[in-house]
Amino acid sequence: MGASTLESMINKSKVDKYNHHDYYGIDDLLTEDHLLARDAVRDWVKQEVSPIIENYSEKAECPTHLFKGLAEIGAYGPSLPTKYGGGGMDEIAYGIIMQELERGDSGIRSMASVQGSLVMYPIYRYASEEQKMKYLPKLGSGEFIGCFGLTEPDHGSNPAGMVTNIKDDGDAYILNGAKMWITNSPVADLAVVWAKDEEGKIRGMVVESGWKGFSAPEIHGKLSLRASITGELVFEDVRVPKENVFPEIRGLKGPLSCLSKARYGISWGAIGAALDCYDSALRYSQERVQFGKPIGQFQLTQKKLAEMITEITKAQLLAWRLGSLANEGKASPSQISMAKRNNVAMALDIAREARQIHGGMGITNEYPCMRHMMNLETVLTYEGTHDIHLLITGYDVTGLNAFS
Amino acid sequence: MNLLVCISKTPETTAKISFIEDNSKFNTEGVQYIMNPYDEWYALVRAIELKEKHGGKVIAMNVGPASNDIIIRKALAIGADEAVRVDAEPDSSMFVAKQIANYAQENAIDIVFCGKETIDYNGSEVASITAEMLDLPFVSYASKMEFDGTTATIERDIEGGVEVVQVEKPFVLSASKGLAEQRIPNMKGIMMAKRKPLNVVEAVGHDSKSKLLSYTMPQGKQEVKMIDPENMDELVRLLHEEAKVI
Repeated sequence: MGASTLESMINKSKVDKYNHHDYYGIDDLLTEDHLLARDAVRDWVKQEVSPIIENYSEKAECPTHLFKGLAEIGAYGPSLPTKYGGGGMDEIAYGIIMQELERGDSGIRSMASVQGSLVMYPIYRYASEEQKMKYLPKLGSGEFIGCFGLTEPDHGSNPAGMVTNIKDDGDAYILNGAKMWITNSPVADLAVVWAKDEEGKIRGMVVESGWKGFSAPEIHGKLSLRASITGELVFEDVRVPKENVFPEIRGLKGPLSCLSKARYGISWGAIGAALDCYDSALRYSQERVQFGKPIGQFQLTQKKLAEMITEITKAQLLAWRLGSLANEGKASPSQISMAKRNNVAMALDIAREARQIHGGMGITNEYPCMRHMMNLETVLTYEGTHDIHLLITGYDVTGLNAFS
Repeated sequence: MNLLVCISKTPETTAKISFIEDNSKFNTEGVQYIMNPYDEWYALVRAIELKEKHGGKVIAMNVGPASNDIIIRKALAIGADEAVRVDAEPDSSMFVAKQIANYAQENAIDIVFCGKETIDYNGSEVASITAEMLDLPFVSYASKMEFDGTTATIERDIEGGVEVVQVEKPFVLSASKGLAEQRIPNMKGIMMAKRKPLNVVEAVGHDSKSKLLSYTMPQGKQEVKMIDPENMDELVRLLHEEAKVI
């Protein structure tokens, strides 16, 4: 942690004063593992992320040194088996780790969720044993960084329309096409890519970054998730050895199962961003004096704060229940959609209200709310947009498909 | 080599402190607890470093009720090999020291590590009483320690400077800032900690020789008084009579 410790020292002024908020005693529903994991990741975020994040976010630069730190703390695939580089923990522990990372920054959480849920998980679930042993331990230890290619420039909410494709060429497939909005892609060592085969069936495969015809240009100009690196994936006649193509899985359920995992993590992660905004607003409301009293004494400020903690508490209970279902293998994709949609929108609303409580200071990087707000604009539409998730719930309760 | 690290549970540093029962009891309502940072960051980590270099085992010891198990688990997650909890509500430093001394004697402990103080009661008593009970050398406020397997060279913080002492094992040490660097447990450590032994033992008998009467909160910060620059006499009077600095 040499370089990061040095940076922590340089930025001593940014002291992370975050306090624990647990209005409904939800800690009582958690196990020792969960509490220890939460405190460990919280300490790590205070030490490694908070002192540097405003700076990296402002520069629109990814703190790539944190990839290794995230691996050391155990943030990649915590609920995957230890044999495959995971942590052997349950789904609630995974959720709590995402919450604490996003309490620091949605971009840092994205670095970890992509590696764990979108890269390690599909390899664990769909790749051959040799491929698992080839890639997973190195992904778990942070030696390899991965990314996930599903979305295309012309196919976002409708991934089934993808045009990226593979053609059989003896001992390999020839991959052609392009993917867009890919977290980690410019720095990734490998990509889990979804493409149509000659029968039009969606197949998954592991593509290494050094292979001929594969490039990953960075996307610039993002006003959100600025500390997370995003790019494209471009494939021009890339030869993908057949053993790198997942043998069994066909169709959209492959990538969607990964997205369920990642969306589940986001439903917890968003609570972290909301908690950080609430925490900052609560403290500011007690310190900032106007008209001879702290602004927290005014009814309109109290309304904001009271509604924030109410919404956070509801979101926490939703996430906890979803986690309990996930532990039993019973969390349905529609239930995950509901939690992702609700909790991200909740966090974005809270970031905006918290920003208001901070007045003019709220638009500066002295306080975290505006950064969280900008980040959450991405979180609102990635991994299934806010609207699409509503239609998934609509489909689930009516049995009528609004997409067809 | 057997290294015993004594760990305490203390309120989290931002906890709101209040007292109940006629100011005779700490109000635990809504208080979050942590491992005492001097025990965790310095004593425990230095003990683990010594084990990593010289072999042996690190035993984390706590005197307290079952609700303390979570901080003991944290010590195991950071790297202690096993743990022992004396199942009793500690009522004085003497009581705690008695338990540690008893355990150290029965388990051939080479070095007893304590934090220099707990951040709640700031007693700084347990380590010294333990050393006395064991008739062992005691080095307090250790901020640096080199150890060759037998002899330790220890820098200790003294008022305005540093004192260097040499001591042979077995001995008792109390750790201050600088002895080691905080280690955050990782998920692997947290899961491994579940499989490490945490032995719960009965307390050895002890009669308390002191009793706690009451606590008093410090006076709250007073508001800043603004004095008109024309009114120098009033400023002088306040500095003299109220602030008592001139």
